[in-house]
Amino acid sequence: MTLGASFRIALRAMAANPLRSLLTALGVIIGVGAVIAMVAIGQGARRAVTDQVQALGSNLLTVFAGQAQIARIVRGDAVQTLNIEDAEEIQKAVSGVTGISAEYSRQAQVVFRAENVISQISGVTPQFQEVRNFRPARGEFFTEAEMRSRAKVAVVGKTVADRLFPDTEPIGQRIKIRGITFTVIGVMEEKGATSFTDRDDIVFVPLTTAQRRLFGVTHVRTIHVQVASAQEMPAAQEALTELLRQRHRLAPHQDDDFTVRSQADILQTFTSVSQTMTVLLGGIAAVSLIVGGIGIMNIMLVSVTERTREIGIRMAVGARRRDIMLQFLVESVALSVGGGLIGIGVGVLGSRLITRFAGWSTLLSLQAVLLAFAFAVAVGVFFGLYPAQRAARLDPIVALRHE
Amino acid sequence: MSLITVRNVEKIYRMDGVEVHALRGISLAIEPGEFVAIMGPSGSGKSTCMNILGCLDRPTAGTYLLDGTDVTTLGDEALARLRNRRLGFVFQSYNLLPRTPAIENVELPLVYAGAVDRRARARAALDSVGLGARAGHLPTQLSGGEQQRVAIARALVNSPAIILADEPTGNLDSSTAGEIMGLLDRLSQQGITIILVTHEADIAAHARRHVLFRDGRIVSDEPARSRTVVAQGPAQR
Ligand SMILES: Nc1ncnc2c1ncn2[C@@H]1O[C@H](COP(=O)(O)OP(=O)(O)O)[C@@H](O)[C@H]1O
Ligand SMILES: [Mg+2]
Repeated sequence: MTLGASFRIALRAMAANPLRSLLTALGVIIGVGAVIAMVAIGQGARRAVTDQVQALGSNLLTVFAGQAQIARIVRGDAVQTLNIEDAEEIQKAVSGVTGISAEYSRQAQVVFRAENVISQISGVTPQFQEVRNFRPARGEFFTEAEMRSRAKVAVVGKTVADRLFPDTEPIGQRIKIRGITFTVIGVMEEKGATSFTDRDDIVFVPLTTAQRRLFGVTHVRTIHVQVASAQEMPAAQEALTELLRQRHRLAPHQDDDFTVRSQADILQTFTSVSQTMTVLLGGIAAVSLIVGGIGIMNIMLVSVTERTREIGIRMAVGARRRDIMLQFLVESVALSVGGGLIGIGVGVLGSRLITRFAGWSTLLSLQAVLLAFAFAVAVGVFFGLYPAQRAARLDPIVALRHE
Repeated sequence: MSLITVRNVEKIYRMDGVEVHALRGISLAIEPGEFVAIMGPSGSGKSTCMNILGCLDRPTAGTYLLDGTDVTTLGDEALARLRNRRLGFVFQSYNLLPRTPAIENVELPLVYAGAVDRRARARAALDSVGLGARAGHLPTQLSGGEQQRVAIARALVNSPAIILADEPTGNLDSSTAGEIMGLLDRLSQQGITIILVTHEADIAAHARRHVLFRDGRIVSDEPARSRTVVAQGPAQR
């Protein structure tokens, strides 16, 4: 018997009981859908992080105050080891450095008339624009002179502008941060939101203003260092580390009191985290596929019992054991393939809905779709094998006499 | 050489330690083109004998030569092939596949034979039993007699040497039974060997040889006495 003939028999058997076929395939549908959606979430998170890190600017080294743990950056003012002089010295003494941006950021309330928002207040230097590749869309950024004079000027991010000034022109308005009045001189270009942060929910003020007028500190939290080319990164990182150790008077046995990370480091950390997450989520989803396979096996066993007489008839007119085997195997594979195809639809649709309603970015990968589908087919073969074997081993006479 | 040669065939069923001697050593030779009726009381071993002749079951002891080949030595695959190419079955309860149109039921042996011109041959077989117009009908849409005619078309579609019919008219009224026997008569005239189980004398009268079973043994085996009386079929009754 040909595969085509087996396939037609299988389709007829499935069509005879459409609801049962659908319910049988449901496990595989959910399994395949879950694998696809879970992997899409994991991959989406990874891409979001990648985008975010790349948006920092190119060939960037980031110096954090204190010893940062993997994927965890010390927040708050517990560590005050970096200051603006460190930044200036790095620019002067380390070769290959084309720009630095020292930053001190903290959450604070921003008030405009009756409106107020809690937003991130970032004290930065004018160089920030080049180093981080983030510029005002309208108005302007503050100048070196404003920086030196601790001017009370602010450049707001798109989100803040939209919330505080829904129908007024932001530029020229006066806003209050921690009781101090600032003049808005610009609105930043839109960077967009990622899974984790809204990069437009931010207000930029001169670093000196942030340190002295707003928060009363003298240190900075991060220094972004732009290097001329990727090739110069390792040397720059080494020189920078040596320089800071000297400036901080660290003895050879003492650990660094700062952490230098390149984009590659940060990417790698997040990538490995999200990779683990993807594998974990995909693995859990794969378990549901196996459960789906057991559902198929169960129904196929029922089907073999119900159709014992049919098997007897087929054997009486000349079906060989392997013809019977093939027939039932094709049927279970057809169930799992059908379930797999519907599951792909469910997974793709599910990913879209997750993005739409939960706001998580998802990334469909062809690999995950193919893998889930192949797994579904394998499940159909594996769990169809035993029932098919049982059908094929029936004795023709016993099968024919079956009621 | 005979088409069928059965020597000292025994069949013992063992169930839960109880042995049932369904056949206690039967010997039989059937020549090509014969029309044989197997008769005898219920439980005398007729169906058991038919199943063995039809290669659906294996004897416990004895030999069975079909076309000179000892069938008892063949494997499952070879037996399936024999059932497919050399034998056609007609059962009392028709045994058509449910939810499957008549034409596809008739096609079934051809599917397993891997034949190419399946549809045309199945249609020709259906036409020959007078059901060409009902090809698309499901078994549930056909009367008992029509279902049995579809079953006969299925039995002959692969041009078998032998047709085995185990009480083919058992579920039918007498006039419908007459139509079925008319079909078997015609097949017999075409040279197909027919072995028929029945316990009705007027059905058996269509055959030219009567084999009588009792308690798993053949107690008589003789030519039919008055073939001419019933040869014209049930119209006379
Ligand atoms: N599968 C079986 N298991 C046990 N005993 C059986 C089986 N098939 C038939 N028998 C027994 O074998 C004997 C002959 O049965 P069978 O050939 O069906 O008789 P008939 O067809 O002449 O009525 C009976 O006693 C029956 O009970
Ligand atoms: Mg019987």
